[in-house]
Amino acid sequence: MSSAQIEIQLIACLVAIACAIPGTFLVLRKMALITDAISHSILPGIVIGFFITHDLSSPLLIFLAALSGVLTVVLVEFIQKTGLVKEDTAIGLVFPALFSIGVIMIAQNANDVHLDIDAVLLGELAFAPFDRLIIQGMDMGPKSLWIIGTILFSTILLLFAFFKELKVSTFDAGLAAALGLSPVVMHYGLMTVASITTVGAFDAVGAILVIAFMIAPAATAYLLTNDLKKMILLACIFGITAAISGYWLAHGLDASISGSMTTILGIIFLIVYLFAPNRGYFSVLYRQRQQRIEVSLLTFLLHLGNHVDDENERHVKHLNDHINWQKVRSKSVLDLALKNNMITIKNDIVSLTEKGQHFTKEAIDYIITNKNSEIEKMKDRFFLFRG
Amino acid sequence: MEEKIAVQIDDLTVAYNYKPVLWDIDLAIPEGVLMAIVGPNGAGKSTLIKSVLDIIKPIAGSVKIYDKPYQKQRSLVAYVPQKGSVDWDFPTTALDVVMMGTYGSLGWIKRPGQKQKKAALEALEKVGMLAFKSRQISQLSGGQQQRIFLARALVQNASIYFMDEPFQGVDATTEKAIINILKELRKAGKTVIVVHHDLQTVPEYFDWVTFLNVKKIATGPVKDIFNDDNLTKTYGINYKVSVQQ
Repeated sequence: MSSAQIEIQLIACLVAIACAIPGTFLVLRKMALITDAISHSILPGIVIGFFITHDLSSPLLIFLAALSGVLTVVLVEFIQKTGLVKEDTAIGLVFPALFSIGVIMIAQNANDVHLDIDAVLLGELAFAPFDRLIIQGMDMGPKSLWIIGTILFSTILLLFAFFKELKVSTFDAGLAAALGLSPVVMHYGLMTVASITTVGAFDAVGAILVIAFMIAPAATAYLLTNDLKKMILLACIFGITAAISGYWLAHGLDASISGSMTTILGIIFLIVYLFAPNRGYFSVLYRQRQQRIEVSLLTFLLHLGNHVDDENERHVKHLNDHINWQKVRSKSVLDLALKNNMITIKNDIVSLTEKGQHFTKEAIDYIITNKNSEIEKMKDRFFLFRG
Repeated sequence: MEEKIAVQIDDLTVAYNYKPVLWDIDLAIPEGVLMAIVGPNGAGKSTLIKSVLDIIKPIAGSVKIYDKPYQKQRSLVAYVPQKGSVDWDFPTTALDVVMMGTYGSLGWIKRPGQKQKKAALEALEKVGMLAFKSRQISQLSGGQQQRIFLARALVQNASIYFMDEPFQGVDATTEKAIINILKELRKAGKTVIVVHHDLQTVPEYFDWVTFLNVKKIATGPVKDIFNDDNLTKTYGINYKVSVQQ
C-alpha cells in the first residue's frame, strides 16, 4: 500500500466513526430524514464560506456550513409548529430551498470558484491526500485527516461527557425536561454535531453519501443489540468495515470510492436484516412458523383433553378429517407433542399424558388470565409465550 | 384546615396554537393527599401535569412547589409519564430505565455509580420486578413496563409524585400492586397526584379529587365533592355513576 492509500483509508475510517456516533442517536430519535436535509442545506454555508476564505477546509467555512445546518432544523421546526403541514413536508420544503440557493450561488460565480456540484454531492476522497497541511515547511499529513480527526475527537469527548443526558432525552424527553436535563439543549447540541460532522465528512464522501454513513451503520446495529453502548460500538465497526472494504472494491473495479463504500454499507445491512438472530427476516419467519405449530399443538391437546372418553375423536385419522388440518401440519404437530412426551399413541389412538394435561392447563390459564409469572419457564422452550 | 400546601397553582393558562387547553386554573394541593385528576379526553389533564413540571411553558400563571418555583424544587418531585409517550424498542434494559430516575439528583455530566445502582435495584424489588432487571424493555408486558416506570419514580425518592395514567393498559393484578404502592407512599406522608380515567375506582383508590375540563370544575376530598353534580358539570352530560361511598 502506498502512503496515499493508507491516508485515504484512514480518513474514510475516521469519517465512518464520526458519522456513526451521532447517527446512532438520530436513528433512535427517528430523525434519519433530517440528516438528509442537513447534508443538502449546508451547501449555501459552504459556498459563502468558500467565497470569503477560498479554502474548503477553513474553520470559518465549517462554522458557516454548520450554522446553515442548524438553521435548517430551526426552520423545519418553525414550519411544523404552525400546524399547517407535517414534519416530513416541512423538511421537504426547507432543504431544497436552501440547497438551490447554494446551487445558484455556485453557478453565478462558476468562473471564479473551484467548487463544483459533483464534488459537493459525491466527494473526492481520492484527491484528499493531495491537499496537505504544511506548518513551517513541515508536512503534517492531509488536511481532511486533521479536520475529520478534530471533529471526531470533539464528538467522542461530548459523547463521554453527555452520554447519560443523550440517552434519557432520546428515550424520554418528558422525564429529561422534568429532571432539568434540558432535552432542547441536547436536541440542538446533537443537531450541531451532526451538521459539523456532515461538513467535515462531505469533503471526503460528499453530501449525499454522508447520509449513508450516518444512518446505515446505526440501523444495522439496531437490529443486532439491545444495549445502547453496544449499538454505538457496532455502528462504528460496520462503518469502518464498509470504509475499508469499499475502498478496495473501488480499487478493484476502478469505480467511485464513495459509491463503493455506500454499496458495501447497503450489503451489510441486507445481510444483517436477513440473518440477524432475533429481529432478522428469517428469524421472524421461523418464529412465526413455530408459533403457528404451537397454536395447533395447543388446539390439538385441548381437543384430546375434551374427549378423554371418546376414542373416535382421538383417532389419528380423525385429525386429518375432522380438525381439517393438512397432513404435513398434523404430522409436525404430532411429532412435536411426542417429542415433548405430551401424548402417547396406541393403535392409532392418541392419549394425553400427565405432562400433556398439565401443559394444556397452564397454557390455557395463561391465555385466559394473561399472567406472566407462570409461563416464564415455558418461554425458553415455546415461542408461543414469548409475546 | 392547617395543612401544608404541597403544590400551589395560580391563574395557570396554557394554549397550543392560541387555543387554550387550560384556562385560568387555580389549584392548591395539600400535602399528603392521594389525588385523582379526572375529566374527559382533551380536558388538559396531562397538560396540567406537564406545565407543573416545566415540560410545557404556560402563557400565564405560576406554579409553586412548597412555596418555591419548580425549577428550585426539582429534587422533591417525581414524574411518571404516560407509558405510550416513549419508544419501548429503545435498546436498553429495565434496570437502566429505572436508573434514569437518579439522573436528576446526579445533575449534568456526572455518571451513575454503585449507589445509584443499589437504589434502582431496591426500587425494582419494591415493584416486584427484580427478576426482570436485565430484560430488554420491549420484552416486557404492558403491566411490567408500567411497573418499571413506577420504580423509576420511586428511585427519585421525592415528596410529590405526578403520574399520568399509570393504570392504562395494565392487568388487574398490576393495578392492585400499583395502587398499594401509591397508598404506601401516602402513608409515608408523600403527596401523589394521578391522572385517572376509571371513575368507578375513584372513591376506592383516592381521598382527594380534582375535576378538570379546560377550566377547573371542583377540587377537594372525594367524600365531599365526588358526586353526580360535579361529574355532570365536568363531562357535560347527565352523568350517573353507581358509586358506593
